[in-house]
Amino acid sequence: MATKGETILEVRDLVKHFPLNQGIMFKKQIGAIKAVDGVSFDLASGETLGVVGESGCGKSTLAKVLMALERPTSGSVKINGRDIAKAKGAELKRMRRNIQMVMQDPYTSLNPRMTVGDIVGEPFDIHTEVAPKGDRTRKVQELLEVVGLNPDHINRYPHQFSGGQRQRIGIARGLALQPEIIVCDEPVSALDVSIQAQVINLLERLQNEFNLAYIFIAHDLSVVRHISDRVAVMYLGKVVELGKDVEIYDKPAHPYSQALLSAVPVPDPEGRDQRERIILQGDPPSPANPPSGCRFRTRCWKAQEICATEEPLLQIRPGTSHESACHFAETHDVVHVN
Amino acid sequence: MSKTSPHALPAEGGLGNEPLLAVDDLHVEFATRAGLVRAVNGVSYSLQAGETLAVLGESGSGKSVTAQAIMGILDMPPARIPKGEVRFNGTDLLRLSEEARTQVRGQRIAMIFQDALSALNPVFTVGWQISEMFRVHRGMGKRDAVKKAVELMDRVRIPGAKQRVNDYPHQFSGGMRQRIMIAMAIALDPEVLIADEPTTALDVTVQAQVMELLAELQRESNMGMILITHDLGVVADVADKIAVMYGGRIVENASVHDIYKAPAHPYTKGLLESIPRVDLKGQDLYAIKGLPPNLLDMPTGCAFHPRCPYRQDNCVTDSPPLYEISGTRNSACHYWREVLDGDQG
Ligand SMILES: Nc1ncnc2c1ncn2[C@@H]1O[C@H](COP(=O)(O)OP(=O)(O)OP(=O)(O)O)[C@@H](O)[C@H]1O
Ligand SMILES: Nc1ncnc2c1ncn2[C@@H]1O[C@H](COP(=O)(O)OP(=O)(O)OP(=O)(O)O)[C@@H](O)[C@H]1O
Ligand code: SF4
Ligand code: SF4
Ligand SMILES: [Mg+2]
Ligand SMILES: [Mg+2]
Repeated sequence: MATKGETILEVRDLVKHFPLNQGIMFKKQIGAIKAVDGVSFDLASGETLGVVGESGCGKSTLAKVLMALERPTSGSVKINGRDIAKAKGAELKRMRRNIQMVMQDPYTSLNPRMTVGDIVGEPFDIHTEVAPKGDRTRKVQELLEVVGLNPDHINRYPHQFSGGQRQRIGIARGLALQPEIIVCDEPVSALDVSIQAQVINLLERLQNEFNLAYIFIAHDLSVVRHISDRVAVMYLGKVVELGKDVEIYDKPAHPYSQALLSAVPVPDPEGRDQRERIILQGDPPSPANPPSGCRFRTRCWKAQEICATEEPLLQIRPGTSHESACHFAETHDVVHVN
Repeated sequence: MSKTSPHALPAEGGLGNEPLLAVDDLHVEFATRAGLVRAVNGVSYSLQAGETLAVLGESGSGKSVTAQAIMGILDMPPARIPKGEVRFNGTDLLRLSEEARTQVRGQRIAMIFQDALSALNPVFTVGWQISEMFRVHRGMGKRDAVKKAVELMDRVRIPGAKQRVNDYPHQFSGGMRQRIMIAMAIALDPEVLIADEPTTALDVTVQAQVMELLAELQRESNMGMILITHDLGVVADVADKIAVMYGGRIVENASVHDIYKAPAHPYTKGLLESIPRVDLKGQDLYAIKGLPPNLLDMPTGCAFHPRCPYRQDNCVTDSPPLYEISGTRNSACHYWREVLDGDQG
């Protein structure tokens, strides 16, 4: 197992295009939905990388490609130096043990006809080497206890649990194979506020206990800030800004990040009339036909001619300490009232 | 116009000190196979013209059912309203004839529904659906009604409204469909708008667009607004006052500034401490322990007692009344003084 701080996941130029077909008898490809279009980042063991961005920007697609549930169109996903995107057969199976997923919807992501014991223990069916047959019940009960569920409830069914408890079942299942990386795709969005906090605290405790690395996808920017060490902001299939949580939240440099952050309501009515709000006009363009140059330019108030002709690369820009993909990057705190 | 006649329509404009809308000791129950569900147990709140009341609370706490009772759209049975009043400009809507109620519903009190995105009919153009409001309720001809529809689409800032009036719902994004729902709700210039989770399904950027639009419409027409939500951020942004619901009751109501400065009920306090904030990097999040109550098997005494860090022996047996803290503030907690002072139990 990697020690804390060592890079365990290296994503390079990752691309996932879904073909757009026309015709029923003779399918003809007329284009592609560029769901993920050149994404690169590293993740260290024990670290949390938050991924934020509007609906449809490619967050879940990224998660599926990382998990090797979808094959990338191009690019690589190296886990401890080996590319899972190219792995096959026994090697793929072994690598999958190391990266697990917790999904958004605690109401539909668990099979209603399986008992909790079967759900949490299912990964052992595929990876029999982790828990020999006679040892399974004990292992599953241990896992239930780790996530704060009553081990005696091993024979109950999902509908006998609340949303927050079901999410814990999903987490216990994700932990079964002792992975180093867990991809959480909107793990708390379907939960009530008072239950969200319970699940977030659990994820943090487990991270410390098992030195887990998280990719934490959510559209709630406050939750992402709370749990993340670093944050990637996505727009239309690309990462437009990447940095430590304080860099992204207190000193965002990309206009899209600034707009996104300024739109987040702060639960404090004092100073609400002084807060700066950047209200974005229009909708995001279609990922099948993204704008030339900078993809954000159709909604950007700072756009110049160069933005249409030259794609801004994700790199450290003058006057900033972290990477952003804007020709005119400039840090600007939009979250705090001065 | 007598208040008791079931055919009398509510008066226009304010009546002395009577609020625009007042829910008073409302009870709603559902007969289900598993037993009687007491979804709303004595809820009271009120709204003035131009004011925004936020109704906050956990899933299942009775926020939507209360709104449905105000609108008069509960299916009865299985629903029953054993007790309570919903006064609109002084007239109790619950005692009006269905015919008189129809004059109020959708016209003078309108609602944006929680699942608005699926509420548009996929087989009719949006222009047809908006203009229907004017044809049915205002007896307008087709031409004039469509013209009004375009005006409204402009008003909710749908770009190129004139060109898009003949488009179908699926041709619009989620945020635009939500704006079309808002257009239909405000079509007839209602005095009260009830918005049930109007932005939960939307991205923050779109949410900001929609909330700003609602605030502007409210300024233009001095509408009273009831905003149902569980987003404490949205509430802090737009509300004048707040009613917090738990287990079918109001547990606290106060002005928005009072409640965020110092909550007077342990549930409100727990909620405020359990949310992460975008402007602060917090330490551990406080988590309210336990689960929301089961309405078929409510805890005795105070419904919050199994989860409450302030609980004393009498909480298990005595249901707390809504204590008056000041003229504008109430809390249904025996120990509201301790909560307000911040002493832990
Ligand atoms: N299997 C697929 N075939 C074709 N297009 C797809 C497929 N899966 C996703 N897409 C498209 O790829 C884009 C990115 O989708 P994705 O689900 O990754 O977005 P997301 O960021 O997770 O959004 P959300 O916040 O709504 O979950 C969208 O335009 C989506 O319609
Ligand atoms: N038609 C019905 N029959 C039986 N029970 C019902 C019916 N409608 C609502 N209820 C119950 O009444 C209670 C209150 O429901 P309500 O929809 O008002 O909750 P809410 O506060 O709006 O929650 P949410 O935040 O999830 O929308 C719930 O327990 C619900 O299951
Ligand atoms: S590159 Fe140009 S269009 Fe893109 S975000 Fe920067 S200023 Fe705006
Ligand atoms: S009445 Fe008692 S149990 Fe209920 S909220 Fe107050 S202290 Fe807690
Ligand atoms: Mg997704
Ligand atoms: Mg509701």
